[in-house]
Amino acid sequence: MVRFVLGRILQAVPVLLIVVSITFILVHSAPGGPFSADKAVPAEVLEALEAQYNLDQPLWQQYLSYLGDVLRGDLGPSFKYPGRSVNELIASGLPTTAELGFYAMLVAVVIGVIAGVIASMRPNTLQDYVPMSVAMIGICMPSFLLGPLLVLIFGIHLEWLPVSGWNQIPGDKILPAITLGTGYAAYIARLSRGGMLEVLSQDYIRTARAKGLSEFIIIGKHALRGGLIPVVAFLGPAFAGLLGGSFVVETIFQIPGLGRFYVQAAFNRDYTMILGTTVFFAALIIFFNLLSDILAIWLNPKLRQQVRGDAE
Amino acid sequence: MKQQSPLSNQPLRSVVILVLLSACLLTACGESENNVQSGNRTGTLHWGNGTEPQSIDPHIATGVPEHHIIGALMEGLVLKDRDTLEAIPGIAETWHISDDARIYTFNLRSDARWSNGDVLNAHDFVWSWWRALQPRLGNSYAYMYFPIANAKDYYQGEIEKFSEVGVKALDDLTLEITLENPTPYFLQLLDHYSMFPVHQPTIEKFGDADERGTRWTYAGNLVSNGPFKLAEWEINRSVVVEKNSFYYASEKVKLNRVIFYPTENQTTEERMFRAGQLHYTNDVPIDKIETYRAAEDSALKITPYLGTYFYRINVSVPHLQDRQVRRALAMTIDRALITDKVLKAGQIPAYAMTPPNTLGYYPPATLSFDPAAARQLLADAGYPNGEGFPVTEILYNTNEAHRKVAVAIQQMWRKHLNIEVKLLNQEWKVYLDSESNGDYEISRAGWIGDYVDPNNFLDLFLCDSGNNRTGWCNREYDQLVLQQAPRAATHAERLAIFARAETILLDELPVLPIYTYTTKHLVKPSVKNLGSNILDQNYFRDIYLQQADN
Repeated sequence: MVRFVLGRILQAVPVLLIVVSITFILVHSAPGGPFSADKAVPAEVLEALEAQYNLDQPLWQQYLSYLGDVLRGDLGPSFKYPGRSVNELIASGLPTTAELGFYAMLVAVVIGVIAGVIASMRPNTLQDYVPMSVAMIGICMPSFLLGPLLVLIFGIHLEWLPVSGWNQIPGDKILPAITLGTGYAAYIARLSRGGMLEVLSQDYIRTARAKGLSEFIIIGKHALRGGLIPVVAFLGPAFAGLLGGSFVVETIFQIPGLGRFYVQAAFNRDYTMILGTTVFFAALIIFFNLLSDILAIWLNPKLRQQVRGDAE
Repeated sequence: MKQQSPLSNQPLRSVVILVLLSACLLTACGESENNVQSGNRTGTLHWGNGTEPQSIDPHIATGVPEHHIIGALMEGLVLKDRDTLEAIPGIAETWHISDDARIYTFNLRSDARWSNGDVLNAHDFVWSWWRALQPRLGNSYAYMYFPIANAKDYYQGEIEKFSEVGVKALDDLTLEITLENPTPYFLQLLDHYSMFPVHQPTIEKFGDADERGTRWTYAGNLVSNGPFKLAEWEINRSVVVEKNSFYYASEKVKLNRVIFYPTENQTTEERMFRAGQLHYTNDVPIDKIETYRAAEDSALKITPYLGTYFYRINVSVPHLQDRQVRRALAMTIDRALITDKVLKAGQIPAYAMTPPNTLGYYPPATLSFDPAAARQLLADAGYPNGEGFPVTEILYNTNEAHRKVAVAIQQMWRKHLNIEVKLLNQEWKVYLDSESNGDYEISRAGWIGDYVDPNNFLDLFLCDSGNNRTGWCNREYDQLVLQQAPRAATHAERLAIFARAETILLDELPVLPIYTYTTKHLVKPSVKNLGSNILDQNYFRDIYLQQADN
């Protein structure tokens, strides 16, 4: 297992290097610079700014010096926010995005698993069709539509919940978490239904039923562990996706998270911020993929044996 | 036969309980006060501020959101009357202008203090202005100082000693400023944040005076001299300022706090306003204006703004080099139709670059909507009934309002001139790049005045102005704006020179003026003493909240 994990970490190094290099080339070849503005920037000012951010050096030199900084864990100064470093900005946005991702995941798992299990208990009946149809709607509905819809209903008309903000007004985390989590809940519902259906048709479940065990014990104790393997495999990339894809929800609800920084950085051509957040998200995706692989191995004896066999 | 377990409905039951529990919690939330109600009670103004401020260092910042925050934190020698924009005393209690209008002597108030209690004196202004003119600092507004004698030469390195620049502290409370030429708008400039004083010991504590982006502007570090002091700054969340007890007129400041929210998404901002989370919005979505107007909602405030929406014409494009063609294009834009039917927010049709009544200046009326005359001009240029006229492209940055205006103009030109126009939208930075590289034919543009003077609009089109971007250059125009206007003996003569310059501009038409901007805000009735002026400038020291009105 340790060899498997170490191997995966080593694989991550060239992946990250490729991500940095491609992003560096892309941001520097995008039209428009970080200091271009509607009101012309005087030549003296532009010169001073380019000198301060090393943009007056040849591109290869900028690339090498950036790589050196990244190796030291320094993602550089933000071009848009003078005096703030990218590390500092990521550190300020990450807790909010992680918290939002966690609540959204909670919404997704609770609703998704319950709906999937309920559907799998009576396949091809109304109890199956209703949650699965709702799940299909959830998958199809983009967050930029669902968010404003929830805001209109619960924020404006019913006046139950705040329409924006994060940790400023009681209840302001509910709508963003539901908006972000719904699409994933729908996926999880379909995955858990599929997984559960497969497990429920296994011999050992039939044996458990024959022994007269209650349906609750059969599902809760025997079927869930096997039935949720596809869900677990999905959770890692899904969480990374939640963190990386939260920018729409963060924009709709004015949440000061990392996703918003990411999008703003691209619009502002804040080179170091784009690079920093891209590298960070890439590392995050690699980490969560690894985590979900480890969990899947732990849950699935067949895979466990395979890893052990490979090691020997 | 299917087995019916007594526990098979357990998950359903859990869901029902969860929903009920959430409903109880939600209802409890609904009973609490919203921001506006609690703000009215505690004297806290919740202000939608557009985008996140990049910097609140007055010598680095550019942009309107930064202006609001810096205006709450700092103060210059003078303020402006919130309605008439006349200069009124700020840190300077009185001032005297010499007969030749070149020497300004300011008497500073003796009770002016920094927010840490330090005394603020004339030497602080001299040091601050020295700092603002250091090229390494990268101050985009350094040109605001150029009316001061030798300031431009010092900034450009042509003279080395700052003592040669026309700024002198005669004593602790007297500041003398000598100008290069009489500048009627000079007092106005002193209320621009780029000319505000900064606290020398604080800046030097966190880095070099001319070092960009040190931590002196962070909450807990910043020392300022305005009616409020910085309490919190959380990026993308809010900037909180609190009443400064050392401010010389603190007893007159009625607000205890102002919270500035970054609200770049107008739709969300409007929803925040409706939900009682904001007292004031930075803008109003274009598609909501009609609804507010139809409902005669008094929350909607629309005020003329010192800014012009126009199209630049790239005069190096062969078929746009002919002045008659440009004039034909200008004369077939039905501006009233655009403002009344497309934009519907009270914008004023513009037939010149400078908005009317800019410091008493009225631009010459040489342009009008006249399709018949335009068709003749196009025919004279070699394109009778638009025949043979190349397909022309209008470039605009991606934005729904710009698209609507471009579509309307495309249809007008097709209808009146029988010419084909293509629309091209580009992302903001790509658009800026295309425009400054001259990679366009006709391009959308806008200009908002920094101060109320025709000069601020007419110097855009000087031959070597970075804001020109049309390729148009007229030496006579340059001569009028750069040489003659500053040396005019009287204000009336100066305005007459500007009128001559603008007549040239409107004759040559490297730009097509379309409309004069308006500002649009939603304001809760409890907010009192807001400014109503063409600079959309507000003074937070004057604003108060009336508790009875939500």
